[in-house]
Amino acid sequence: MTNEYIQQILSDKFGTAVWGFEESFGIFSCNIKPEMNTAVLQFLNEEGSLGFRFLTDLTAVHYPDRKAEEICVVYHLHNLVANKRMRVRASVSIAQPDIVTMTNLYSSANWMERETYDFFGVNFIGHPNLIRILNADEMNYFPMRKEYPMEDPTRTDKDDEMFGR
Amino acid sequence: MSDQHTPHIQLAEESIQKQTTTLNLGPTHPATHGIFENVLEIDGEKVLSATQRLGYIHRAFEKIAEHRPYGQIQPLTDRLNYCSAPINNIGWQLTVEKLLGLTMPKRVDYLRVILMELARIADHLVCNSVVAVDTGALTPFTYVFQIRERIYEIYESICGARLTTNIGRIGGFERNFTKDSWKKIDEFMVVFPKALKEFESLLNRNRIFMDRCIGAGSISAERALNYGFTGPNLRAAGVDYDVRVHSPYCSYEDFEFEIPVGTNGDVYDRFMVRNAEMWQSYSIIQQALTKLKDLDPSIYHADVPAYYLPEKKEVYTKMEALIYHFKIVMGEIDIKAGEVYFPVEGANGELGFYLISDGGRAPFRLHFRRPCFVYYQAYPEMITNGLLSDAVIALSSLNVIAGELDA
Repeated sequence: MTNEYIQQILSDKFGTAVWGFEESFGIFSCNIKPEMNTAVLQFLNEEGSLGFRFLTDLTAVHYPDRKAEEICVVYHLHNLVANKRMRVRASVSIAQPDIVTMTNLYSSANWMERETYDFFGVNFIGHPNLIRILNADEMNYFPMRKEYPMEDPTRTDKDDEMFGR
Repeated sequence: MSDQHTPHIQLAEESIQKQTTTLNLGPTHPATHGIFENVLEIDGEKVLSATQRLGYIHRAFEKIAEHRPYGQIQPLTDRLNYCSAPINNIGWQLTVEKLLGLTMPKRVDYLRVILMELARIADHLVCNSVVAVDTGALTPFTYVFQIRERIYEIYESICGARLTTNIGRIGGFERNFTKDSWKKIDEFMVVFPKALKEFESLLNRNRIFMDRCIGAGSISAERALNYGFTGPNLRAAGVDYDVRVHSPYCSYEDFEFEIPVGTNGDVYDRFMVRNAEMWQSYSIIQQALTKLKDLDPSIYHADVPAYYLPEKKEVYTKMEALIYHFKIVMGEIDIKAGEVYFPVEGANGELGFYLISDGGRAPFRLHFRRPCFVYYQAYPEMITNGLLSDAVIALSSLNVIAGELDA
């Protein structure tokens, strides 16, 4: 199974809803429209010649500079038989970070989506139990978004100009 | 003063009326071996449902990592699976080396393999002996902990620390293995087979142990894959997936070893798979020691001055060394922009580092794919309709490590 083959079969099936094919550091990746995530991942799972049936990882990345697609949900898939990994990205806006849950396809997505909700506030539509998992329930912000400082912003005794990021 | 007695604990009426019992297994319960909570609903001895709660030792490593230079992230990885910290350390080093495009000399790879396999043995010894403790056999635990102590002494003589090792650096090891370390490794290679044999003869075919473990907390291969199982727990269900074989790193392709698999995915199979893996790890270390004999014993790091801290005496006498020292310590080294996912075979399964760099001094985003976190969510399904005592050994045989669960 070559990258060209995956690209071909996905483009034939989904047209412009899938784009940005590239391979970097040994992992083939592509971008998809967020509303197509169920269709694409289900196709990657069920199409016999692709067989990406193992969800390795699900997380998100916050890019504050990308207007209207600030939150990027990243799926790492694995075809264990052919030993091929693939990364699928779906970007949503921070104002309305809605994406359909993948728990119907992968039981493992349950906690990974809860973690992603907990840290980035991504709203996984249809998730059976979308509550915080690692942080305290009463927290009213999503700490992994870039605008939240790591430490108490009212502190004045530390100067991060030299040693901070 | 009123005569009326008011109870300190007031229960809701429906809680008094109901026929089942709610039991808190955790957060600080001897059966959990870590800080996480299971609220079980039990009818007599039978588990009806389980609700998990975690996050008790969440330390926001992913957020902290966005504010630290690359070298300073390594001590955070110690605290993921603290039973096998060297695997986490070396996994992180390999991830950064992949991003930077560095290749290590063979000797560094083999030294790393030795450490990772020692860590795997230490981790499996803890897990398996604790399964025995939870079935009521305390003695084997005390026997194998002497072996684990030897492994910790090896770490100690290499890097000075025992539990949270912070062993090695990006670009190699901070110093060469000493004579003392080699002596300790050689001693370990002599005593370990005997000790593991003894451990196996106490438990493997022990009727009581087998009756307790066979069929308890089982999961099918299909469900295990759907739940994202990796490592020994997946292999016990019969799937021969091992990162060391599927995507070899750190010269694992140079070694001959087998992937032990089980069939039922129950506690006994997980126990047997871990035991068999320890023999394989032992054989890998033996092969690595043989291969090391042909290599120049003075090499312990790659020749990458821009990323690897120079020796102190050179810092005081050589201009370039001083510059590199300053740049590395201040986090001013050149890091490429890029997106890397690097998996290693941790003691519990696929430990993945998802690193996004934008060229800054700290990662733009770092995500740890923690095997425990992914597979522990299958626990309620594995124990429902089983006995409470089976739930306890199922938990210890999954080897859920709180540090890795919460990150």
